[in-house]
Amino acid sequence: MAKSFGRREFMILGSTAAGSILLKACGSNPSTTASPGASPAASTAASTSAAGNTVKVGILHSLSGTMAISEKSVVDAENLAIEEINKAGGVLGKQIEAIIEDGNSDWPTFAEKAKKLIDQDKVATVFGCWTSASRKAVLPVFESKNSLLWYPVQYEGQECSKNVFYTGAAPNQQIEPSVDWLLENKGKEFFLVGSDYVFPRTANTIIKAQLAAKGGNTVGEDYIPLGSTEVKSVIQKIKQALPNGGVIYNSLNGDSNVAFFKELQASGLNPDKYPSMSVSIAEEEVKAIGVDYLQGHYAAWNYFQTVNSPASTKFVDAFKAKYGSDRVVNDPMEAAYIMVYLWKQSVEKAGTYEDLEKVKTAAYGQTFDAPEGRITMNPNHHLSKFVRIGEVGEDSLFKIVYETKEAVKPVPWNQFVADTKGFACDWSDPAKGGKYKTT
Amino acid sequence: MLSGLLDGIFSGISLGSVLLLAALGLAIVFGLMGVINMAHGELMMLGAYTTYMVQNALKGTPLFGIYIFIALIAAFIVTAIFGLVLERGVIRYLYGRPLETLLATWGVSLILQQLVRSVSWQLVTIVALFCLLFFGAMWIVARRTDFERARGWFLTIMIPLSAAAAIATGNVLGTLYKPAFTKLWFDARNVDVTAPKWLRGGFPIAGTQFSYARIFIIVLTIACVVGVYWFLNNTSWGLRIRSVTQNRTMSACLGIPTKKVDALTFALGSGLAGLAGCAVSLLGSVGPNTGQNYIVDTFMVVVVGGVGKLAGSIIAALAIGTANYLIGSNTLVDLTAPIKPLSDTFAFFSTISMAKVLVFALIIAFLQFRPGGLFPQKGRTVDA
Repeated sequence: MAKSFGRREFMILGSTAAGSILLKACGSNPSTTASPGASPAASTAASTSAAGNTVKVGILHSLSGTMAISEKSVVDAENLAIEEINKAGGVLGKQIEAIIEDGNSDWPTFAEKAKKLIDQDKVATVFGCWTSASRKAVLPVFESKNSLLWYPVQYEGQECSKNVFYTGAAPNQQIEPSVDWLLENKGKEFFLVGSDYVFPRTANTIIKAQLAAKGGNTVGEDYIPLGSTEVKSVIQKIKQALPNGGVIYNSLNGDSNVAFFKELQASGLNPDKYPSMSVSIAEEEVKAIGVDYLQGHYAAWNYFQTVNSPASTKFVDAFKAKYGSDRVVNDPMEAAYIMVYLWKQSVEKAGTYEDLEKVKTAAYGQTFDAPEGRITMNPNHHLSKFVRIGEVGEDSLFKIVYETKEAVKPVPWNQFVADTKGFACDWSDPAKGGKYKTT
Repeated sequence: MLSGLLDGIFSGISLGSVLLLAALGLAIVFGLMGVINMAHGELMMLGAYTTYMVQNALKGTPLFGIYIFIALIAAFIVTAIFGLVLERGVIRYLYGRPLETLLATWGVSLILQQLVRSVSWQLVTIVALFCLLFFGAMWIVARRTDFERARGWFLTIMIPLSAAAAIATGNVLGTLYKPAFTKLWFDARNVDVTAPKWLRGGFPIAGTQFSYARIFIIVLTIACVVGVYWFLNNTSWGLRIRSVTQNRTMSACLGIPTKKVDALTFALGSGLAGLAGCAVSLLGSVGPNTGQNYIVDTFMVVVVGGVGKLAGSIIAALAIGTANYLIGSNTLVDLTAPIKPLSDTFAFFSTISMAKVLVFALIIAFLQFRPGGLFPQKGRTVDA
């Protein structure tokens, strides 16, 4: 009896082991084929980034786990930019070789992989991260090794590291203009809904301070655990607090959005009486939630696929040609795409990719004709960006209802929050640094 | 006030019915069979993905208006078959060892999550080919009389051999028919399930609105509960299931095919998970992680209700759902408004995160007094 048991167990173990090998084999296929321009010879030869004909850069995003939903498409945009640059002759005459690492939606893994990219692969720079939590996890690594990270997502601000370039929106380039627009066009009574973590809570602190300063009124706020789909009681609170309609400011992230908008419609809260402004819903999310639930609601970003400019059309066409015509582009993907180009321009101006001080100095004042418009890198490591508000239309794309005439200068330290009021950031001047008092 | 009360009752029941529907399959698998099935959430996810596939297949045809019913049937069948495979392949080796089933099914849940992220024709071909080669060879070899002795050798040779052949074929086909063959079916991104028009919006009563989707889920839950009760109490297979769960050895002695009963019970529980997955796709998102949102709550329902009793699960689900809603919304704050300190306490707990904390605390306190749940099993079979 015992003997046959052992065999059975061996069989189970054996088949699971084989199964996992199978999965591994299939899983590793995409990552090896995904690095563009990586000829087999270059990847097998143990060449440092100084030798050989390639410049190594790191791409560090979650390809598995919860965040893979969003981060995979950002990797696609970065690969597109690298491929385009390589086709046009590369950077300083060398081809870019991307080394892709999976952060697995796990913040300590992000730090580990960042170390690996810097120490072992000796990459010139890293493009990566999505959540603020992952950025905070890798920050000590980049600062202690004095390396360079490019970060493509809108975030809550209140940070200005000399080792990070932020190409997404600071709060004053997304949240604040959208609140102003709502106050002007949609009403003064606000209900704030968000996921229960650092970004929505910081964002809502800013919004409350801003509303208080500008004559608006916060009638309620509520938070839902990340990933939770039971939103019924929030809807009930909104109904109680805003019996006659009002503005819903939505900073929910991920899956909760789907449940929230389905419930909103089912409870009869329609966008004509209860318009909502979202800061985490872009073209990809509209597809995932279903346009029937979202039509008529608003979102604030720097870039929408519907931006009508030659650079935008070129970006959209190139992306669809590479990844398929059913794909859409969104704001973080655009920010990821332009940061690769900004790095290339800075390296070319500096004449080196190894001396990071020179690269950083060269980056200040770099301009680029991005899909969203002409953007500029500021000495505070953030971009001057255009702000836009879009309304979800029937075709799952956004109809742009408002856009700033000029690029808005970034303010990383928030001026509505008491702790950081009166502070600014300027890395071009050694005396000022990451957080100095302006007055 | 009336509309608020109506809304409260309706929302509590609807939250409870979602919980109950999700927990029903688990109550059978965990309650009746004693298998801690951590992959229950992922079976729900498979049901939700089946709904998505059916929706896409019927888009634009006249059947689209009723696709949800077809999806329900399809989800039940797909997940029941999957449950059958799971039971035959993994769980039947682990009966009576709850810790091992926990670890094994947790592993299965991780595999399923990654499966929907990376499934493509290539992967399907590789896995199918591997199974065909390996089990085919085993079937042929197993007829030899000296198979038992040669088994170890057979496994060490056949596993790498069939794996290599399968992977090689998959990769060759992958390079030959590049985009179509290697294209991922779902990707890691969430997919959208849009309810048919008649399930969107709500039914207005006394100044409030009852969501059609939630009414649909309540009706579905009632139908499932009645169906399961009828099946367990009025059919011969139901009788066999009940007798096996009460005393396995005695049932086997009396000639009941316990292995078949096990497989059928597990398939039924899995099929119910599929129905639940189809239902929750009307409320929330469908993605690889969908099942994870429900697994803790469903176990909570089964544990509070008392392992092995469907009635307990029903009451526990309704109670947890209603408590979650009442605490999470402002209802209790308004009701206790005259008593200031009490209403302040409830105001502190009146967010969804804090409501969960309070409900969990209440459950822990409850289990201190009633460790067996609402309806504990009695008699000598309990410790068997």
